[in-house]
Amino acid sequence: MLTFTIRRLVLSIPTLLLISLVIFLLLELAPGDPTAAQPLTIPPEVRERLREALGLGEPLHVRFVKWIVQFFWVEPQVLIDHVFGTTFSEGKQRLISWQTRSPIMDIVVQRMPQTLWVVGLSYVVGVLIALPIGILSAYRQYSIFDQIGTFVSMLGFSVPTFFTGVLLIVIFSVHLGWFPSIYDTTLVVNSWDNFLAQLRQMVMPVFVLALFNAAQISRFMRASMLDNLNQDYVRTARAKGLSERVVVLVHVLRNSMMPVVTVIALGVPQVFGGAIITEQVFKVNGIGQLLITAIQANDLPMVQTLTFIFAVLIVLFNLIADVLYGVLDPRIRYD
Amino acid sequence: MTEPTSKVIPGSGGATPAGALPDPIPVTPPRSHWRDVWDQFKRHKGALLGGIIFMLIVLAVFLGPFFWSIDAGYIDIRARNQGPSLAHPFGTDQLGRDTMARMMAGGQTSVAVGITAMALALVLGSFVGLIAGYFRKLDGPLMRLTDLFLALPLLPLLLVMVMLFRGALNQAFGPETGIFILIVGAIGLTSWMPTARIVRGDVLALKEREFVLAARSIGTTNTKMIIRHILPNVMSPIMVSATLGIANAIITESALSFLGLGFPPDFPTWGRLLFDAVDYLQQYPERVIWPGVAISLTVLSVNYLGDGLRDALDPRIRGR
Repeated sequence: MLTFTIRRLVLSIPTLLLISLVIFLLLELAPGDPTAAQPLTIPPEVRERLREALGLGEPLHVRFVKWIVQFFWVEPQVLIDHVFGTTFSEGKQRLISWQTRSPIMDIVVQRMPQTLWVVGLSYVVGVLIALPIGILSAYRQYSIFDQIGTFVSMLGFSVPTFFTGVLLIVIFSVHLGWFPSIYDTTLVVNSWDNFLAQLRQMVMPVFVLALFNAAQISRFMRASMLDNLNQDYVRTARAKGLSERVVVLVHVLRNSMMPVVTVIALGVPQVFGGAIITEQVFKVNGIGQLLITAIQANDLPMVQTLTFIFAVLIVLFNLIADVLYGVLDPRIRYD
Repeated sequence: MTEPTSKVIPGSGGATPAGALPDPIPVTPPRSHWRDVWDQFKRHKGALLGGIIFMLIVLAVFLGPFFWSIDAGYIDIRARNQGPSLAHPFGTDQLGRDTMARMMAGGQTSVAVGITAMALALVLGSFVGLIAGYFRKLDGPLMRLTDLFLALPLLPLLLVMVMLFRGALNQAFGPETGIFILIVGAIGLTSWMPTARIVRGDVLALKEREFVLAARSIGTTNTKMIIRHILPNVMSPIMVSATLGIANAIITESALSFLGLGFPPDFPTWGRLLFDAVDYLQQYPERVIWPGVAISLTVLSVNYLGDGLRDALDPRIRGR
């Protein structure tokens, strides 16, 4: 198991390098010029100097290697310095955003908590809703509950988050006025009132994403439970007189959870992608919104870094899902 | 319509005392595969309904403009911001354009994008899957390529692609065709991987079957083998992928339009109409509903269709 994990970890390095190269080359085709916003009266040689100052004067491969070094070598050093108060990164060039002229990672760190709160919470809520629904609809297959559950999950799966989000805003913000339609990130939670306000503004985005996630996971949970409910060991467990509760919630559930857990792990990075849209709907200034503004502002280093962070998340969670599957299912041996 | 399944003459079993059992002589011609599939499909009520609704939406969107003669771009500034009325059943927008006409025009684009992007993804995915499954040498590299594509963050990359190539394609093909090609191409290029994986798995299993061996023994060339023997047998997963692909493409296109990176403002699609309506959310909330319901209903019906198709095409489930 350990050798498998290490092998996969080592293998993910070339994958990530290749992905970063793909993203880099794609962005290389960008027509925009970062000095286009400067006045036309600037002499060409000054413009050239400006471009060099942004790190654009050099050939392709040099810039790519520089980006790799900055991302994988300098930025971790900054992190270490920040945590331990050391000075490894002193005087080294960090990844700089063209938009704000400040280090990209600092902005990402600023934006991360909002995304993690909204997206993370919604994923947890989604999973918590999905599991009981999936279990119950499989156990009572073709019952009314199953029919409704399957329909609702199909609905949640089909209705795009940008419509559910807007619909909720129409109903709960415009008509009823219960929840604010805009997520206020400047809110500091230090009292009971603030906490309630924070809760109120989180309800809608969390619900939208949770519904979408729950729909997918409950479908998997139901299918996986159905696969297991007809197995021989279930009959055996019933035959030896175990209570129905123990049969379903211990024997069947444990076996059906194996594929579902990996699906849950695989879904985490997709949630960050989906959050791009939900953040836009509710004006949460998280990572997704940062990406959209960076794309609109032609801020290539920012786009490159953010897209690559998403890629890292995907590769990482694929790895976690594979390892988890091996850990949970003793029939699978990777060695 | 509801003929009993292949009736046979009961071989006079009890009367003939000895000998091999006489083969019952079928009176009805053998049932075709697709007849079986259709019979199973009919039993899935949701799928049938989904198929009908999808057909209705497509018909309404493409044939509707023949009956509803108001042009989607016609600006009647004096009739702006109207609610639903007999003259404008869905109301009008901030420039007095008829919402129903715009919904039809938008639906044409959205459905066209969905079907074209699906077709592109399907052709790419089936091709990669067939080649990877059939030629062992190409299997490794092609599947690594598929894995690489699956590890890419697709939505961010789609956004980046739209941002990067919009200008170039606009100049080459004009603003509308250019963005259409761009969005269809971008969606197709980023959604072929699941099809490729499924097709490859099926091809790998088919390759070991006897009929392939028989075909090979009479000297069938590789091209003929793929086209005549392998491809028809992997049509079922491809068809299921097709329906899911339409749903996926429609959602992605509307998401791009919703983020403001899709079609230009004067060129309606359902996503764009929704995006425009969000600005007037406070005053005219009903404007958001039409395109949203249209997208959701289309995707829902297509998903149900895909569900039923998957059940109908799965011989293990059929007949139950």
